[in-house]
Amino acid sequence: MSYAQRGRLGRMLLYIPLVGLALIALFPLYWVFVTSLQLPSYQNEEMESPVSYVESVPPKLYPYGITEYWSQWDKKRDAEKLGDEQAASFHAEKMQEVVAKTFTTYSYLFKSTDVLKWLWNTTYIAILGTFGTVLFDTMAGYVLAKKQFPGRMLVFWLIIATMMIPDQVTLVPSFMIVRLLDLFDTHWAVILPGLAGAFGVFLMRQFMIAVPSELLEAAKIDGAGEWRTFRTIVIPMAAPAMAALGIFSFVGLWNSFLWPIIVINDSKMLTLTAGLKTLQDANLSSFKLLMTGAAVAAVPIMIYFLLFQRYFVKGLTVGGVKE
Amino acid sequence: MKTEMTAQEAGGRISSPASWLKTWKKIGPAYLFLLPKLLLFGLFTVLPVGWTFLLSFQEYEIFDSHWIGLRNYAEAFRNEIFTGALWNTFRYTIVTVPLSILTALIIASLVFPLGHRSQTFFRASFYLPVVTSTVIVAMVWRWIFNYRFGLLNHVVGIFGMQPVDWLGQTDLALWSLMLMNVLIPPGSGILLYLAAMGSVNPSLFEAARIDGASAFQIWRKITVPLLKPTTFYLLILSMIGAFQVFTEIVMMTGGGPGNATETVVHVIYKTGFRDFEYGMASAQSVILFIIIMFIAVFQYKMLGDEGVERHKKRRNK
Repeated sequence: MSYAQRGRLGRMLLYIPLVGLALIALFPLYWVFVTSLQLPSYQNEEMESPVSYVESVPPKLYPYGITEYWSQWDKKRDAEKLGDEQAASFHAEKMQEVVAKTFTTYSYLFKSTDVLKWLWNTTYIAILGTFGTVLFDTMAGYVLAKKQFPGRMLVFWLIIATMMIPDQVTLVPSFMIVRLLDLFDTHWAVILPGLAGAFGVFLMRQFMIAVPSELLEAAKIDGAGEWRTFRTIVIPMAAPAMAALGIFSFVGLWNSFLWPIIVINDSKMLTLTAGLKTLQDANLSSFKLLMTGAAVAAVPIMIYFLLFQRYFVKGLTVGGVKE
Repeated sequence: MKTEMTAQEAGGRISSPASWLKTWKKIGPAYLFLLPKLLLFGLFTVLPVGWTFLLSFQEYEIFDSHWIGLRNYAEAFRNEIFTGALWNTFRYTIVTVPLSILTALIIASLVFPLGHRSQTFFRASFYLPVVTSTVIVAMVWRWIFNYRFGLLNHVVGIFGMQPVDWLGQTDLALWSLMLMNVLIPPGSGILLYLAAMGSVNPSLFEAARIDGASAFQIWRKITVPLLKPTTFYLLILSMIGAFQVFTEIVMMTGGGPGNATETVVHVIYKTGFRDFEYGMASAQSVILFIIIMFIAVFQYKMLGDEGVERHKKRRNK
């Protein structure tokens, strides 16, 4: 915008480094998907399992099945032209084989590991945790900003004081509390501590201060109860901040790693990130299998991001620049 | 508003049941709204923080814990793995944070002049790898670094060099992790910088251009100084983040080879949950906490009145 007069040439010049940088940025993700879809070349045909897959040297930069499929399709068309029914159906079969082989690691992963269970666990933990965080933090933030009551400043200062303390610092006692409450190896052990953070309350409180008190007074005069005022006035007013908080809570919960690997042991109970760790520990060098797991874990959050991209930008600035 | 409240509170202090009820009606709902958060916050944040400190002065056994004063701390600093981890984490932070922020600034400056659509596209490209879990990113990079099949050694081979054992060499492994960190785009930084650039008054640039300043001069003399608050904010946030580096270590090196890539949080994790030395792990946590607080206070000093003052002075010159 501000460089508009510099003309089109200047702008085109900006694209060259940017496209290069974007390629570097996106390449690892691309590589996950390419590898997961790569045509297997086995060390030993008898051991036809994705675990015995051997990486090709030099690495192929796109799923090689595309080339194979295309050449088979070509041959099939030639055979059809010549009227060779038998050859045509042979190549059609080959084409199907290529497709099947391309996705073989996926079917292996879904059949032989708990990945779908992990996906489900992560999804509902992230949804429940996000919902709880947004609701409780909004309630608390509202009260801290708009109500007077004994102990208000104490709570506020506790929140400020603990905001800078990273979760890693309190790992051991948090684990002991989880043990004491008999929550080890349950999803509550992941969800409940996730609802305890200070940042969300702080964010909501800062946001609520800007909500005009007259509106709340008016609602009270109209005879609305506390909960109703909260639902019909506070929540709509706070929606942008709630959206920001929700967006980031969800990603945070989805990607959280250190805590789940500590409090969950049972493979069926794991979250995706923790599950990927066990997958890697068990198959250290089957990169194709690992990349397939990574792809399964990456797709949902990528879709989530692309859907809510706008809110990410807003959310970051609500939480960041305003401070 | 405030005076009205004190009147109410004063009314509550006359201890007749009716006025108690009145006070409760006034403030009771506030407590109810606060209750769920307060319970969780108390149980999983305040209590563990306090407990960490207590544990750090104890030799912890399930039925027989006893106080040992500062011995855990003394031992932590005598433990070469922990001090090595401190040093590694420090180096990691010092190298990666400035580079990431510089990358963010450069990329944001390149993206900012573009049209709306291109901006959206590049923002997404640079943020997508950040949304994706570090676990996944670490898994790919473990392969990219792989000695036999890895992409990086293939690239190195094209230039006629011998393959490198990126993660397997004691003197190289940490640098490989730093390289990886620098090549992952600093998505949040880019987004924050873009937002900050958007809030700068365009007439500032206009005036500079009329005065005959070149694009680079404008960037150097106007854009970068105006972005200073964002830069400081990012600096502190990234430093705190880098000091907690953990996932990459677990997924890629496990702290090895030897202890070459051991970091503070990884040592805490191992001490606490592999060796079950809760007291020692807590002492190490408190040390981490003090370092992070130090960074935070430093931020406050720089960003607080003093920093603003200094900033103003420079502008007046």
